[in-house]
Amino acid sequence: MSWTKKVLRVNLTEGSISEEPLNMEWAMDYLGQRGLATKYLVEETDPKSDALSPENKMIMTTGPLTGTIASTAGRYSVVTKSPLTGAIACSNSGGYIGNEMKNAGWDMIIFEGKAPNPVYLYIENDKAELLPADDLWGKTVWETDELLHTKHQEPQLRVAAIGRSAEKGCLFAAIVNDLHRAAGRSGVGTVMASKNLKAVAIRGTLGVGNIENPKEFLQATQDGKKVLAENAVTGEGLPEHGTQVLMNVINEVGALPTRNHREVQFEGAGKISAEAMREVREGDGRANLTTNAACFGCTIACQRVSTVDKTHFTVKDKPEYQGSSGGLEFENAWSLGTDCGVDDLDAITFANYLCNEDGMDPISLGATIAAAMELFEEGYITVENTDGVELKFGSAEALVWATEVTAKGEGFGKELGLGSKRLCEKYGRPEFSMTVKGQEFPAYDPRGIQGIGLAYATSNRGACHLRGYTVASEIMGIPEKTDPLETEGKAGLVKAFQDATAVVDSVGICVFSTFAWSMEDIAPQIDAACEGDWSVDRCLEVGERIWTMERDYNLAAGLTAMDDTLPKRLIKDIAAKSGPAEGRVNDLSKMLPEYYEVRGWTPDGVPTEETRQRLGL
Amino acid sequence: MFRSLQIEPEKCTGCLQCEMACSYIETGKYNPAKSRIKIFTFHEEGRFVPYTCTQCSEAWCLHACPVEAIVINETTGAKEVIDDVCVGCKVCTIACPFGTINYNQEAGTVHKCDLCQGDPECVKACPTDALTYVDADAGGLERMRAHAAQNLPQDSAQA
Repeated sequence: MSWTKKVLRVNLTEGSISEEPLNMEWAMDYLGQRGLATKYLVEETDPKSDALSPENKMIMTTGPLTGTIASTAGRYSVVTKSPLTGAIACSNSGGYIGNEMKNAGWDMIIFEGKAPNPVYLYIENDKAELLPADDLWGKTVWETDELLHTKHQEPQLRVAAIGRSAEKGCLFAAIVNDLHRAAGRSGVGTVMASKNLKAVAIRGTLGVGNIENPKEFLQATQDGKKVLAENAVTGEGLPEHGTQVLMNVINEVGALPTRNHREVQFEGAGKISAEAMREVREGDGRANLTTNAACFGCTIACQRVSTVDKTHFTVKDKPEYQGSSGGLEFENAWSLGTDCGVDDLDAITFANYLCNEDGMDPISLGATIAAAMELFEEGYITVENTDGVELKFGSAEALVWATEVTAKGEGFGKELGLGSKRLCEKYGRPEFSMTVKGQEFPAYDPRGIQGIGLAYATSNRGACHLRGYTVASEIMGIPEKTDPLETEGKAGLVKAFQDATAVVDSVGICVFSTFAWSMEDIAPQIDAACEGDWSVDRCLEVGERIWTMERDYNLAAGLTAMDDTLPKRLIKDIAAKSGPAEGRVNDLSKMLPEYYEVRGWTPDGVPTEETRQRLGL
Repeated sequence: MFRSLQIEPEKCTGCLQCEMACSYIETGKYNPAKSRIKIFTFHEEGRFVPYTCTQCSEAWCLHACPVEAIVINETTGAKEVIDDVCVGCKVCTIACPFGTINYNQEAGTVHKCDLCQGDPECVKACPTDALTYVDADAGGLERMRAHAAQNLPQDSAQA
């Protein structure tokens, strides 16, 4: 058990809400969250439908372990079709709202259609209602959060909302919950805006029970926590430095994409690293880092809470930004910093605040600004496009300006909001766009880390490190070290990471747990909580089933093997200029055919009938 | 010898493992809303602060109760609510200056921290030692040790 076995269906067109039982037959094959919600999407929608049309559905979903005492088990996901990529979107977030949804008694909320006027969904346990949001439309996420808390007089209310960027059509808009956690990637916030749905506010006090074997579960989760506490990454590195511990590491191995991937090492990395966040500033005598923090139920606590120097140009006249707020993760520090050539730590921190405040994916935003900076430096964009702003690499002022106009959807910000692919196409240089399937790259360069290139090229939601984090093996030696510059064996490695991650994303726990946990640690926790026998093998088969189902969705949506590629810059045009990978490009063509083979797909990247049958698809 | 719950907010990360553990022992479910220890978030300051009953020696709640439903556990020193005796009048919730004894609608009685018969679940669940269960007379010992260490000569401070 462990599921609440209840689904809330919200028809926004009609303004109606109904309750139905969770399809437990599907849950046995897809677990929950990412896997199960994708199954619902596949069964209920046409993959060819326009992502921003009422025909697309948006599903908020928890996993069977969400809201339990298992470490990191506070996750929820948003599953829908992406307007950025035209592929499947599944964005995962921590914070507290996943637990609140589960505590209110819901495994899943399915949004259908489009509301005639702005609305928000208010849930108090069994009670769910759509309420008018005309007064919230045009407000930021932070304002919306505050207004809903005031209106409902419920301090424990948890809110997930979209900001102004989504309303203005930014294609990489996020859904932000608990002020600074986000279902960030692939434009799930844009889909929410297209449905005239401003926010979901939840209070749940029913408790999460239904644990199949409570005593065994307590033991299994205790064992799991011990493994996390004793591991160097989850027990020390992440709580101490957060994901930012990687900034200097990835720079040293020559895989830190710099200035729109023109280089692979950044001379300013040390100034924006985890170590720099702890240094006392000249301006106010404090450090950027205020404290670390945890998402619901997490015993790792990798979150950063930061404070910008009161004398810094970004906040000196803005007292509302002078308190503590969500600090930099490695991805955001890289995209808004390194990729734009900016080494001003507080400016990057401030730009990241704005991403939380107005609901934007900072990876896509930073990478799109980086592409715009290259277009500017090469003369394809001029000051006439940018209201006179010199949009140059390294300019903290330009970074903050570009972030602000995109957040508001004003002027050139409208164009930045289209993402790097559409922006570069518009200005005639599509090869400047560092994207796969239209989604911007994260912080690892495929020239210096070969396997991650294959993971990006084959990721079902476009370029993404969280679909198959082979960096763990290629750089950190988890579970075992492979050579980052080697291509042999990477096909199998990528598949193994992709399948295992699909399981993790479907049970309600955080992928960062897998720095320490293998499936041998995770399966017993699922097994004790859920009905049925959940062996390691069964879990991994579920993972492979989910991955293949997502692939089938994408193929039905019109994507092909031609989309499993990397920008020319990385496979041909610009070899790594420095570091251990100097002279190398990514050898995708050596890995991709083998990948299709180990997946049981045809040379054209289509799952064979035999594979589908084996997986019960 | 009694022990007492020691709270060090600077170590708290806001993970709510304590709230889950407390509610589980009380209700058999993971339900932070029913936890008798609460974590408060001060977003602007970047602080998380655990708060629960400190088991006052002269407990206001105990003295206020008109039916003597609140008694002292002789082993742990905890002030415990006897559910069968409590009539749910809530006078204790008015008397308590700290708000750490509260009415429970479903049960019709009041609930408060009872130190889990001397083995607090919240302490066992806390991953950062923000909650510890220590000699009641020596709650400040660790802080004394920390300050004492600051006054050591430089070379021996490493030891």
